[in-house]
Amino acid sequence: MALVELRNVSKIYHLGGEEIRALDDVSLDIEAGEFISIIGPSGSGKSTLMHILGCLDTPTKGTIQIDGTMIQDATARQLAGIRNRKIGFVFQFFNLLPKLNVLQNVELPMVYGGLSARARRDRAMRALQMVDLENRSKHRPMQLSGGQQQRVAIARALVNDPKIVFADEPTGNLDSHTGEVILELLRKLSQEGRTIALVTHDPEIAAVTPRRIEIRDGKISRHIDPKLAGQPRVEPVGVSV
Amino acid sequence: MNLWSAISIGLKEIWSHKFRSLLTMLGIILGVSSLIAMSALVQGMENGMKEALIAIGGMEKVRIETQDIPANQAHLTDDAVGCTIDDVYALERSAPLVKEVTPEMRPPGYYRVTHGAKMPDWVNLVGTWPSALDMNDHVVQYGRMFNEIDDEAARNVCVIGTYIRDELFGAPEEVGHEIIPLGETININGEPFRIIGMFQRYESEQDRKERELTKEQPKTVQTGPARRRGHNHKGGGFVYGWKNRTIYIPLNTMWLRFRAATGTNSVPDPHLSALNIKVASFDKLEPALEQARNVLMSTHKGIEDFAFRTQEDWAENIQTAIRNARLSGGFIAAISLLVGGIGIMNIMLASITERIREIGIRKAIGATYAGIFIQILIESLVIAVLGGLAGLASSYALVHLLQAMSPTENTPVITVTAMLVAFLFSAAVGVLAGLIPAFKAARLDPIQALRYD
Repeated sequence: MALVELRNVSKIYHLGGEEIRALDDVSLDIEAGEFISIIGPSGSGKSTLMHILGCLDTPTKGTIQIDGTMIQDATARQLAGIRNRKIGFVFQFFNLLPKLNVLQNVELPMVYGGLSARARRDRAMRALQMVDLENRSKHRPMQLSGGQQQRVAIARALVNDPKIVFADEPTGNLDSHTGEVILELLRKLSQEGRTIALVTHDPEIAAVTPRRIEIRDGKISRHIDPKLAGQPRVEPVGVSV
Repeated sequence: MNLWSAISIGLKEIWSHKFRSLLTMLGIILGVSSLIAMSALVQGMENGMKEALIAIGGMEKVRIETQDIPANQAHLTDDAVGCTIDDVYALERSAPLVKEVTPEMRPPGYYRVTHGAKMPDWVNLVGTWPSALDMNDHVVQYGRMFNEIDDEAARNVCVIGTYIRDELFGAPEEVGHEIIPLGETININGEPFRIIGMFQRYESEQDRKERELTKEQPKTVQTGPARRRGHNHKGGGFVYGWKNRTIYIPLNTMWLRFRAATGTNSVPDPHLSALNIKVASFDKLEPALEQARNVLMSTHKGIEDFAFRTQEDWAENIQTAIRNARLSGGFIAAISLLVGGIGIMNIMLASITERIREIGIRKAIGATYAGIFIQILIESLVIAVLGGLAGLASSYALVHLLQAMSPTENTPVITVTAMLVAFLFSAAVGVLAGLIPAFKAARLDPIQALRYD
């Protein structure tokens, strides 16, 4: 069984009487340990897909299973618990809390997880070591560079040892060199066995992952998977042969 | 999310907006301190009122006076005897619920008390029994009360209140030391009376404190000719003034010296101006009065020419006055606390609007609805509780200020209950004020909140 199983998932919004299908009958599996990217232009539905995968949102139709838990019918409280323990987020704008120092920011998911102060500190320091920022633990986010802030955010995403990490345009707010460093870090984490889903609009960035999924108009338009090599290719939708 | 981390987040949030938080707290500080000050004022009032009630002899004391004959017995007017010493003996014998009976006789008409050329403006001259001491809550500080032998022999002795001493021999404030006029002779309507005792000075707690304070300070020198400066009714109320003007003489002395002359022979007139009785307990007031009435009806030949006067109305008046003062004061103070609470709600609403993104982040990494709700609620509570604590501290200052400028005669008293109530009230206001902001914050959609700029 795959770590994440999406079956016929649709997300429908109603905007002024008009029906908008942000996701239209999407099915997708993500295996544990995969490094996958979800590509698509803005408005394609890739953010909606990531929100549903990340338990920030629930689908209108279809089923989704993460690590054995069906979540399409889960309550807000259960979703919060899954986000806390099984999912890590890395955002484009880092989304660190400016009033807390680096260590406290990394500790935050464990605060909601209900760990003791000592255990929080130890695990937060270990997570900071993974991103080489243990000597910055008392700094405020504003005192760090963008790349450093994103590394703190990655440490925060990893600190509860999640099943899967979602990185939403993690390099979007960084210069290309720093972006490289972050991508390198993600690749390294992937090699260590982490499951990472990279959401981006940039095919060049998506190229770092072996498996790529392209979303267009709420549907999967292209699926590049090295494991499927040799099998019939999924024909790109809307491309005439 | 445990409680302690929620509180520390709240404190951090307050610390990062010091001025704003202080202004918000000010509402609670003022509310709490005005609530406490108000209750202290009322408490002081109550203490003063109760003090006076006790000084007059307490709730158990009932006065029996002669009254006009009721209309349906008007034809018996000539048979009515009025209150006499027989009533006293009858009550003592036949009314077990009446603990103590004391007769009271006042001289008829005008009388004057003099010593040399000095004369007090008015005195409360009463012929009575030694038990009057207990009945009217008197304390003899110097000398002794007259006893049964003095009464039996109808000796010309008297026990005086301090006001009489002040007027006839000089007040300690004026002469600089306490004059104890035991053995001196004063003149009552031409009869010489030896002073054998003097009561203590009766005054309210407040007056006593004030007097002791002014004693330390140098006396202000009066300029110009010596003169009376009018009534000094400052403080104390009429009860104390009335008690300090007392002169007690034995009942038989009163009869023989001042009443016998009204008859054609020298047999004393057995009439009394009034009887004071003390009932065994206030709970048994009704049956005791019933008993006393039955006894008196027999001695009065069935003519109801007497009436009871209790302190019930007074006590009730005190209760109502206190309740009214407490209600209206508490109401106003509660409104000011409420205004403080609105201030907190306002600032919390502003605060969560500023922190929508933060709330989104917290939700994305696993904060539950309850986690956010409690965090905001606790922040609001922390502001209110800090304000409440500061209010407790500042209430002391406020009460001192009130003591300096309030017109009440009794010191405001801060009670622990008032402090506890005010503090709990401020905490409750904090929780109430935090509910709506906490609800708004907890309900935020994480996706929307994360996108918010």
